[in-house]
Amino acid sequence: MAKVNIKIEGIPFEVEAGLTILEAAKQCGFEIPSLCAFNHGECSQGSCRVCLVEATGARGLVASCVYPVAEGMEITISSPKATAARRTSVELLLSNHNKNCQQCEKNGNCELLHVAKITGARDDMYLGEQTPVTFDQLTPTIVRDTSKCVLCGRCVARCANAHGKDMGILGFEKRGFNTIVAPVENRSFIHSPCIMCGQCINVCPTGALMEKSEIARVDEAFKAGKYVIVQTAPAVRAALGEEFGMKIGTPVTGKMVAALKRLGFKKVFDTNFAADLTIMEEGTELLNRIQNGGKLPMITSCSPGWVNYAEYNYGDLLDHLSSCKSPHEMFGAILKTYYAEKIGVDPKDMFVVSIMPCSCKKYEKERPQLTTNGLADVDAVLTTRELGRLIRRAGINFQKLPDEDFDTDIVHDYSGAGVIFGVTGGVMEAALRTVYYKLTGKEYDKIAFTEVRGLEGVREATIDINGTSVSVAVANGMKSAKVLLDDIRAGKSKYLFIEIMGCPGGCINGGGQPYVRPAFLPNEEDDILDTYIQKRAAALYSEDERQVIRQSHNNPQIKALYDEFLGEPNSHKAHELLHTTYAAREKYDN
Amino acid sequence: MAHLQEPAIKKINEICDRYVNETTPLMMILSDIQKEYGYIPLEVQEIVSERTGLSVAEIYGVVTFYSFFSLTPKGKYVIGCCLGTACYVKGAQQIIDKFSEIIGIKPGETSADGLFTLDALRCIGACGIAPAVTINGKVYPKLTVDAVPKIVEEYKAMEA
Repeated sequence: MAKVNIKIEGIPFEVEAGLTILEAAKQCGFEIPSLCAFNHGECSQGSCRVCLVEATGARGLVASCVYPVAEGMEITISSPKATAARRTSVELLLSNHNKNCQQCEKNGNCELLHVAKITGARDDMYLGEQTPVTFDQLTPTIVRDTSKCVLCGRCVARCANAHGKDMGILGFEKRGFNTIVAPVENRSFIHSPCIMCGQCINVCPTGALMEKSEIARVDEAFKAGKYVIVQTAPAVRAALGEEFGMKIGTPVTGKMVAALKRLGFKKVFDTNFAADLTIMEEGTELLNRIQNGGKLPMITSCSPGWVNYAEYNYGDLLDHLSSCKSPHEMFGAILKTYYAEKIGVDPKDMFVVSIMPCSCKKYEKERPQLTTNGLADVDAVLTTRELGRLIRRAGINFQKLPDEDFDTDIVHDYSGAGVIFGVTGGVMEAALRTVYYKLTGKEYDKIAFTEVRGLEGVREATIDINGTSVSVAVANGMKSAKVLLDDIRAGKSKYLFIEIMGCPGGCINGGGQPYVRPAFLPNEEDDILDTYIQKRAAALYSEDERQVIRQSHNNPQIKALYDEFLGEPNSHKAHELLHTTYAAREKYDN
Repeated sequence: MAHLQEPAIKKINEICDRYVNETTPLMMILSDIQKEYGYIPLEVQEIVSERTGLSVAEIYGVVTFYSFFSLTPKGKYVIGCCLGTACYVKGAQQIIDKFSEIIGIKPGETSADGLFTLDALRCIGACGIAPAVTINGKVYPKLTVDAVPKIVEEYKAMEA
């Protein structure tokens, strides 16, 4: 890589050519305040003007997030001219901003407030007209409030990067002072083909995009004296610690359980149990399809974002989706039938809360297909971030909590296979462990199918099972999934089984996970935005390795559940409780 | 959502076909559609999205950015009043207000009978004959407020 010599504040440095001033300065130990820039220019429109600096050879001040360094360039960040300009930029943004910071749930993670503090922006410097406001809270998942939007375009870039240039839901609309970021026609997300993955929430620097909180709904359930049960998805334990300042990638399973018990939940269960159940059902479904000439390849159905995408864009391929409900929905159904009967609680008095790394699960639980005997399988979904809020609200010192175990009722044990559901490739690997056993009658000796691990958009592997080669593929993010789906549509797909996850990296990078904002993470490495997904994944893989039981079919309580209640995988009863249906949807209804 | 008629779908695809070899064909496609139909509704943008691989959101952004493009049908006669600097200082505001008053629509709107659309334009490059107005391409130079009613009457008479 070619190098160039630059000076920052008079001090000489040698940096890579082609870097922006912002990135070069960071490497040299200078943090230029910036707002619209995100992760190596994934989004850098140079639109917010918060990162203005003086640079020789340039006319006037330059936006350092888009201006490249050049040989001999002298950069000044701290001059009165530059600092005043940055302060003015922030003051102008604030002049068109709804400053109800106290009620704003991004408070504490707000990058606008952060740069306002750093630049010394003064209140109400520019008073005048405000852009007309749209407040969209029609979806169960995402709330969009344009009064908080700074038009940085991060959400626009993230949506298109994750799900394809052809599919991006958000765009800039209109012009000048009337510009807004919105789905077409300034529609609600609910009236557009948004898959509700929540990736836009994760990158929004302000409170313009937020998850719809269900904390109040849970409070109501407690107040009404319901029998409130909580279950937690695998990916939550890999990230919850971040809410309390712990290093990214620290598994906090024990502390999380301890916190939930202190929050008053009657029972604290692990969704992993249901992940094992999913594998039993899905694995059996796959074998049936293979043996009886069913639709292949079969595609996983755990990710509600992916299911949304399929219903909007591939209505003709819906019979490729496994009919299995997602794990937490299965768990809800089992809790309100088998478990309710066992413990003698009326299912109507039961309230099931799922803690999920996912914002789309909020939408999923409202699907009319996901009910049992007229009751919703799951009553409320809280994200990892919302759980963080609950814990702080209750005055619990998370770091000081002891490690405690999940409730050891009839539905408790889980295998390592269930844990890795939270990372892309995990469902595939878990399924392979069980399918291998079913086909060969013995366990796979290496246990782990490392072929399907990794974070690339699409991965494929061919596994030799008893002389039969089984081709499988894994995709995360709809941009990657589209490649596999178009092949199926064209009749060219060579795979038997495909795992698709809506979010890049899988659930560990879900739309409900703690924000990863370098500005608020002084103890993480500079490249944390490139490595956090891997770090969270490693936390899950290490938990898998610590488990005694590594395969779903070896979970004794799963066996008991089938013996006592369900019969066998894919039985009539299992179908009634654990399986679901899909329906094609119009992209722009009404 | 209303669905497009078969001939329209064919025509729009035909327009997209014209620019398959262009690296950035969007503006050309949208211009042609605007000229052909006078507006570019969402259903049409969806077809352009499929053909170009650009999201509907991005296309919608372009359509709403440029005032040349319209989301709703335009009238039979499109009155474009230049409000550029030269025309403005020569009284263009009074002229557009007069059109507005006589036809009973605001700038950007189309009359209920579908006859007139009133557009406020930025500089159309005719500063030498300010204030200038164009109606379906025909230029009216150095227009006065008093001349406006007669012009509107002429077009109405043509329809009678």
